[in-house]
Amino acid sequence: MSTSIKHDDAPAGARSFTTKPRRGTKVRRQRVKAAWLFLAPMLIALTLVAGWPLVRTFFLSFTDASLSDLGAANLIGFENYLVYDDGRWYGVLADSVWWQSVWNTVYFSVVSVSLEVVFGVIVALILNAEFKGRVIVRAAVLIPWAIPTIVSAQMWAWMLNDQFGIINHMLMGLGVIDAPIAWTASATYSMWAVIMVDVWKTIPFVALLVLAALQMLPKDCYEAAEVDGIHPLRVFFKVTLPLITPALMVAVIFRLLDALRVFDVIYVLTSNSTSTMSMSVYARQQLVEFQDVGYGSAASTLLFLIIALATVAYLYVGRKQIQLGGD
Amino acid sequence: MNTRQLAKIAKRIGFWALIVLIMVYAVFPFYYAVVTSLKPSSDLFRVELWPSNWNFDNYISIFSQTSFLRAIFNSILVAFSVVFIALLLGITASYALGRVRFRGRSTVLLVILGVSMFPQVAVLSGLFEVIRALNLYNNPAGLILSYTIFTLPFTVWVLTTFMKQLPMELEEAAIMDGATPWITITKVFLPLMWPAMATTGLLAFIAAWNEFLFALTFTLTDAQRTVPVAIALLSGGSAYELPWGPIMAASVVVTVPLVVLVIIFQRRIVSGLTAGAVKG
Repeated sequence: MSTSIKHDDAPAGARSFTTKPRRGTKVRRQRVKAAWLFLAPMLIALTLVAGWPLVRTFFLSFTDASLSDLGAANLIGFENYLVYDDGRWYGVLADSVWWQSVWNTVYFSVVSVSLEVVFGVIVALILNAEFKGRVIVRAAVLIPWAIPTIVSAQMWAWMLNDQFGIINHMLMGLGVIDAPIAWTASATYSMWAVIMVDVWKTIPFVALLVLAALQMLPKDCYEAAEVDGIHPLRVFFKVTLPLITPALMVAVIFRLLDALRVFDVIYVLTSNSTSTMSMSVYARQQLVEFQDVGYGSAASTLLFLIIALATVAYLYVGRKQIQLGGD
Repeated sequence: MNTRQLAKIAKRIGFWALIVLIMVYAVFPFYYAVVTSLKPSSDLFRVELWPSNWNFDNYISIFSQTSFLRAIFNSILVAFSVVFIALLLGITASYALGRVRFRGRSTVLLVILGVSMFPQVAVLSGLFEVIRALNLYNNPAGLILSYTIFTLPFTVWVLTTFMKQLPMELEEAAIMDGATPWITITKVFLPLMWPAMATTGLLAFIAAWNEFLFALTFTLTDAQRTVPVAIALLSGGSAYELPWGPIMAASVVVTVPLVVLVIIFQRRIVSGLTAGAVKG
């Protein structure tokens, strides 16, 4: 989750203290050899659990493999993706449920990440103020982040229960609604229920990243603004927001990548209902429940490509440079 | 009292109201789960903010199920093993990436960053094959192996960031004394890296404890499941008449350790979450 993307304008926190003995000395050669030796276990582990499985998923997506007998797979070309047969199109790309799940995922990601950013910034601004009990409030805000997604989905499912849920109870008490709403079952509201849970769970993450950025801002320009009597809102939009944008961009990309692969909350809250199904839920359903490994792998591969494309597009549009462990 | 003072008081009231609102929003769902778990099943469907009569039946019911106890045991086993492996492989890898300059270093870092962005589903069928081939299907060891995909990259990344900040004089002194890189790591860096390792270990623990997709897919029988899957499947069967009392009790049981960890280590968690992203 917390890998690093360093922007040009990010404060130069950690300078590199790497020792640099002269090229070609014995010590240096020994160190480089040791470095590769130390890297080997990690590289082997990542090849085993990430690299090789990814290659196999690509491969399986061009076969008719089934879960019960993975060995007996025949290559069938692009048939899992798209094939024209007997006057009709077949394959993932011709499946309206797949396109529905793509739309659901995109809708979910855009709406929930936008809400998280807005509320995350508000919470961060409040936590950045000096007041008694700030530590307690910060700990309380962290709680939703620590609760397992499955548990938060269950807790909200109970609060959103159509007959006995406290949310319907309160909304009816306040006179907002006349009849209980079937939050998790109805096609209209279930996506909003999912978004509600996700926003609740991930505001802390955004808020903490923004808070860390806020605490590094220079104090003097705020004092100057206060002396000049500039309205706080104006100060926020003209000074604070531009300065925390790099941190916000990092938070947004992590959240977007997370949201695009969403699985747990949707699976538990609304199971396999098509009105909330995400791409991950779709792929897993094909793969495990329908045992169609070839078809499910094709969906997984498309999901991987979409996320890779989204990452590249984001980095290109933002023109943010990934600086790897920079010197 | 003039208007300026009034405005100031109104501002303070508004500020504290906002704080209370945030606190309630953050804590209420968990609080309500605790309240629900303490109700006898006859009271379950009456909405109250404080249980009128306390009752531990739901807790007795989940703790008398061997499958739930097994699930807790499996979760603890998996989470601790994952943390141990991630830290072991992470500390050596981060030494190489943070302290030694060599060709291919940025490629390795790019690969690690790439892996951390993998959607889990993208490797699901390939990983399924690997786990079957190693004969680890329906076995916690299969989960331990598969969880390295999301714990290892970020452990390496954060530890590398911390490793770079250590002063080079320490290492030079060790080299002068003829220490091998392995001795340098274990005797010089390890004692200094404890805070960073505690942070990353904690984050890895939480990630492994909460994982759902792999745990759901790579296990089959009750005896091999982890807690998140056990809780999700308590509601299985029919969509009506869910056992809400036991579900909430189980939810509270698995969440309390995490809430305690968060409250004790909040400073560490915050620094770990932001270490990679902000400090760079």
